[in-house]
Amino acid sequence: MHKPDALLKVSGLEAWYGESHILHGMDFEVAAGEVVTLLGRNGAGKTTTMKSIMGMVAKRKGSATFGGTETVGLASNRIARLGIALCPEERGIFASLNVRENMVLPPVVQEGGMSLDEVYGLFPRLLERASSQGTKLSGGEQQMLAIARILRTGAKLLLLDEPTEGLAPVIVQHIGDIIRQLKSRGFTILLVEQNFHFAATVADRHYVVEHGKVIDMIPNDQLSQSMDKLKGYLGV
Amino acid sequence: MMTLFGIPTAALFGQLLLGLINGAFYAMLSLGLALIFGLLNIINFSHGAQYMMGAFVAWLALTYLGANYWVALVLAPVAVAAFGIVLERTMLSRLYKLDHLYGLLLTFGLALIIEGIFRQLYGISGMPYAVPKELAGGWNLGFMYLPIYRAWVVVASLVLCLGTWLLIEKTKLGAYLRAATENPALVQAFGINVPVMITLTYGFGVALAGIAGVLAAPIYSVNPLMGSNLIIVVFAVVVIGGMGSILGSVVTGFMLGMLEGLTKVIYPEAASTVIFMVMVVVLLIKPAGLFGKGA
Repeated sequence: MHKPDALLKVSGLEAWYGESHILHGMDFEVAAGEVVTLLGRNGAGKTTTMKSIMGMVAKRKGSATFGGTETVGLASNRIARLGIALCPEERGIFASLNVRENMVLPPVVQEGGMSLDEVYGLFPRLLERASSQGTKLSGGEQQMLAIARILRTGAKLLLLDEPTEGLAPVIVQHIGDIIRQLKSRGFTILLVEQNFHFAATVADRHYVVEHGKVIDMIPNDQLSQSMDKLKGYLGV
Repeated sequence: MMTLFGIPTAALFGQLLLGLINGAFYAMLSLGLALIFGLLNIINFSHGAQYMMGAFVAWLALTYLGANYWVALVLAPVAVAAFGIVLERTMLSRLYKLDHLYGLLLTFGLALIIEGIFRQLYGISGMPYAVPKELAGGWNLGFMYLPIYRAWVVVASLVLCLGTWLLIEKTKLGAYLRAATENPALVQAFGINVPVMITLTYGFGVALAGIAGVLAAPIYSVNPLMGSNLIIVVFAVVVIGGMGSILGSVVTGFMLGMLEGLTKVIYPEAASTVIFMVMVVVLLIKPAGLFGKGA
């Protein structure tokens, strides 16, 4: 399933946390405008893959190119400036900043991002709570804020790390709507998910990750035929 | 003679003013320490030496270049910051991933070296530095005599502390600094050059010490040990206020200076230890400090 116009192309990517070797040669691609998920069990290396693309691990090897530019070897602030933005698993809302300050913290790295008004249009609740302390928001609101603040930076590729984790079903649905809207606006999204039922409602393709490697790729339209295989991979 | 609670008012207000002056220095120094500790995780034990260097830059500039006090007020913080930036780039930056203790030991060693060099060159008797003529003299307020220079020090310190607080709490740059204090890796992944920010923050923190040194020069004599006499009290202030708390360090600095002054009137024997007694009590009751967050 080679796509010649891959926006993100990861090949043979290895990563370490201290002494532990987490990624053992990840290979996958994301084309411009696609929503692609990384599925896999806890500890398979999904979050580490996100952090490695972003340059946030101590040691990387292999290759991860974005729009043709090699990112392995660049500092994370340089990688961000290429147009990649991360919504981290732990959400990363800053307690010493209010909601508005959290929202405008990530600098605009490129033209073509959404305006602040457009972002608040998607997340009206965040405007209502603009002067609250960031971490006083509910879990769902914090997740909204973590997604919202990277939309105005002009980043073309969004890395969303388990945006539905621990949230009520109605909020998960809302986040699904948001992801579909972002796709229709032309954002490219790499999504880490545990919940493949949710993943199936938003994604074009799924990569299955195990022990720091991609072991399979399933297009979304073949997901129902591949369900037994996928359940085997994920152990559910 | 006018008295208040049986204490002559001139003595009371005189000591309170002295306390306020000391408090002004505690506030400026502990503010820089709090900034540096917050972002760098370094307990900057060379802060006192950098304060002393600020005073010496003023004295050297006057003695060898004929540069007056106002020039020194700009020159000294710039020189001390430049020196600090070199220290940060060449040495401190290697320690961020290690325990606080390593930064403390390194900066303590640096303080001893810096003070040793100055002692070797200039002795310990101290150099006089005249009050600038624009700020000479004083006002008789009726209940006490207020030297203009001392009023200036208190005002300058308040302006510096308030300015720094506004910079950190109300500006975009300050938001970056607060965010990077919490989670530097994420702030950098948003595209901010955090290592440069860390270097500049260290420079800014020690520049505050440099300015404090210039302000101190006409009050205390300029001598190589002026910083080490002060820094222990300043660390007590930082602990009482709460490590890394900006507002805490400023408020605590002024309050403890006043408390010290008051103690000098009421029970002079305890004046030099009262701050440490407060520190012990605060550590027992609220270990994170009066303004500190967390456990």
